[in-house]
Amino acid sequence: MSMNIPFILLQCATFFYLISTAGYFCYLFYQKDRIQQTALGAVGIGAVVHLFAIVLQSAALGGLPIYTLGQSLSMAGLSLAAMFLYVQYRFHLKILGVYATAMITVLMLASIFLPEATQAPDKIYKGIFFFGHIILIFTGESMLALACGAGILYLLQEQGIKGKSPGFFFKRLPSLDFLDAVSYTCITTGFALLTFGLVTGFIYARSVWGSFWRWDVKEVFSLGAWLVYAVLLHLRLYSGWRGRNSAIMSVIGFIILIFTFLGVNSFLGGHHQGFTQ
Amino acid sequence: MPKIILIGASHKTAPVELREKLAFSQEEIETALEFIKQDSGIKEGLVFSTCNRLEFLYIPGNGVLEDKDRIDAVMQFISKLKKLPVSEFKSSLYIHRDDDAVRHLFCVAASLDSMVVGEPQILGQVKKAYKTAARVGVTGVLLNRLMHKSFSVAKRVRKQTGIGDNAVSISYAAIELAHKIFADLATKSVMLIGAGEMAELAVEHLMTHQVKDIVVVNRTFKNALELARKFNGQAVQYEERESALADVDIIISSTGATDYVLTRDQVKGIMKKRQNNTLFFIDIAVPRDIDPRINKISNAYVYDIDDLRNIVETNMSRREQETVRAQRFVEEALLAFRRWLDELAVVPTIKAINRKMTDIVNLECEKTLAGLPHLSKDDTESIRRMTRAIASRAIHDPILFLRNTGDHRDDSFYLNVARQLFNLDIPDHNY
Repeated sequence: MSMNIPFILLQCATFFYLISTAGYFCYLFYQKDRIQQTALGAVGIGAVVHLFAIVLQSAALGGLPIYTLGQSLSMAGLSLAAMFLYVQYRFHLKILGVYATAMITVLMLASIFLPEATQAPDKIYKGIFFFGHIILIFTGESMLALACGAGILYLLQEQGIKGKSPGFFFKRLPSLDFLDAVSYTCITTGFALLTFGLVTGFIYARSVWGSFWRWDVKEVFSLGAWLVYAVLLHLRLYSGWRGRNSAIMSVIGFIILIFTFLGVNSFLGGHHQGFTQ
Repeated sequence: MPKIILIGASHKTAPVELREKLAFSQEEIETALEFIKQDSGIKEGLVFSTCNRLEFLYIPGNGVLEDKDRIDAVMQFISKLKKLPVSEFKSSLYIHRDDDAVRHLFCVAASLDSMVVGEPQILGQVKKAYKTAARVGVTGVLLNRLMHKSFSVAKRVRKQTGIGDNAVSISYAAIELAHKIFADLATKSVMLIGAGEMAELAVEHLMTHQVKDIVVVNRTFKNALELARKFNGQAVQYEERESALADVDIIISSTGATDYVLTRDQVKGIMKKRQNNTLFFIDIAVPRDIDPRINKISNAYVYDIDDLRNIVETNMSRREQETVRAQRFVEEALLAFRRWLDELAVVPTIKAINRKMTDIVNLECEKTLAGLPHLSKDDTESIRRMTRAIASRAIHDPILFLRNTGDHRDDSFYLNVARQLFNLDIPDHNY
């Protein structure tokens, strides 16, 4: 029975995320600050409950709960919620909540309704480097997810202005410069976290399998995504790639990341397999 | 029944030359309030002046003066203070009475009567006028109620309609676009090509938003210098305009040139130099100055006069729909105020006091009698008579006082007090 408490907490957290998603969509249409504040509060409460659930799960498993796809999705949901709260605190880009909460809710619903595969925790999935690898990769990818969100908002706003028909989004979205700045900050932060995440992953791989790089499919795709962001940052710094191109790249980069997270294991296999089945 | 009079002139009735002459400074407003205070025919009043309107709102007393509504007196006062013959402004004045005056006030406060409908400053100005009048001591029960009603209806219109949302002038639309392109206009520079009147106007608008620098380009360098001095900016030779693009962010063009002043290739070349930082072109010239193909370049946005006009027109039609809703709010508030005013008369107040006392007496009497079943029918009847007599004797003097309306007494004040003492007002809608 004790295993059920975290699950109930996860359902509670999902419930709060659902409320905040509904709130943010109302905010999108009615633009009332009180709705937005309530929705933000719901994300906050959801994240705290969620964190508590994951701490309980970790205590029960003796390691981070990322052994099944459901657990991984839940972990991704929590890190996205945490990063969203951080970005919100820093930039007050309220409308980003529509994107972030919707994504968190989808992750959580998938996580809850996926059949729970009981898999014995492997003792090799422990240690400081493994822990660091997981935390850094998840937070980094969350930041890049938010960068993609800001990029989508940029593209929506830009389309209206460029097309000379300011419509539904014109009033509701902030300026292009601001969206670009948020997206850029998310990319640089996410990229840094991702880089350290990959490095700790290599170190961990070396300690467990004896080599840094083993041509695992997931490794290859991760490096591919990392390269996309590296190129994007390089172009931005040296050729002034900003605005629309940067926004499109942030969306493409994130699509590759999603594929790396979900698709690779489903279609291609590899030693990361256990995490997402 | 007290009268409410509103005399005024606004952008709808008076040309700007006259409005300039009529505008009251703060001291003049206080002089006018002093006049209202001294005038025995006016009980309450306030004066409201902005660059687009001058309005006197007041309640005349039930005096025996010949000029009962004091309209001539007010016009004489304006004429004397502003040293203008009455004939010069009389035809531009509007005079509203009672419901029309209240409706007009509500529309003004809600910014439905403004030159730019929905502009937000007007409510603050109305509030200030009320505060000044209250300080001088020329407001009373009626104006207090009326003004607070106008604030609440203005707030309701602001909150529940989209009337203040859409840009309805070309320069305002352009600035709104600039705000949606750049995060902070204070860090951006503006380049002005050509020295037309339209361009000057646009820059003046932008200046109120505090841009960083202003660069002026003109074929005649002398004119550029002059304009640059006016805006505290710098002048640049016409031939240098292309390289000057590297350091500015917003370009407003209004030359009389028949050909494009800036072409796509020129801008494309400069974009590299400026690290693809955004450029926003506002082309208000006809024929156009800015090559429209520049809009195809990444991070460059071109709006010509037609594009801006299109935006304004869409916003206009949206605003008109909202105005209909706003007017409904005004009518609702007017009805509520009218109801309050009607109740404030002597007869309804006396009736209401009577009704209240009778109700209380009947209720208490029946409650007691129900516990005394041994009394005979005659006994109960005399007890009922006695309680009714007590009630009518108790309110006899207050009612006599209310009925006896004196010449120099502010009836509405005492009526209001009476209604409050007996708690007679039906709770008003709170917007």
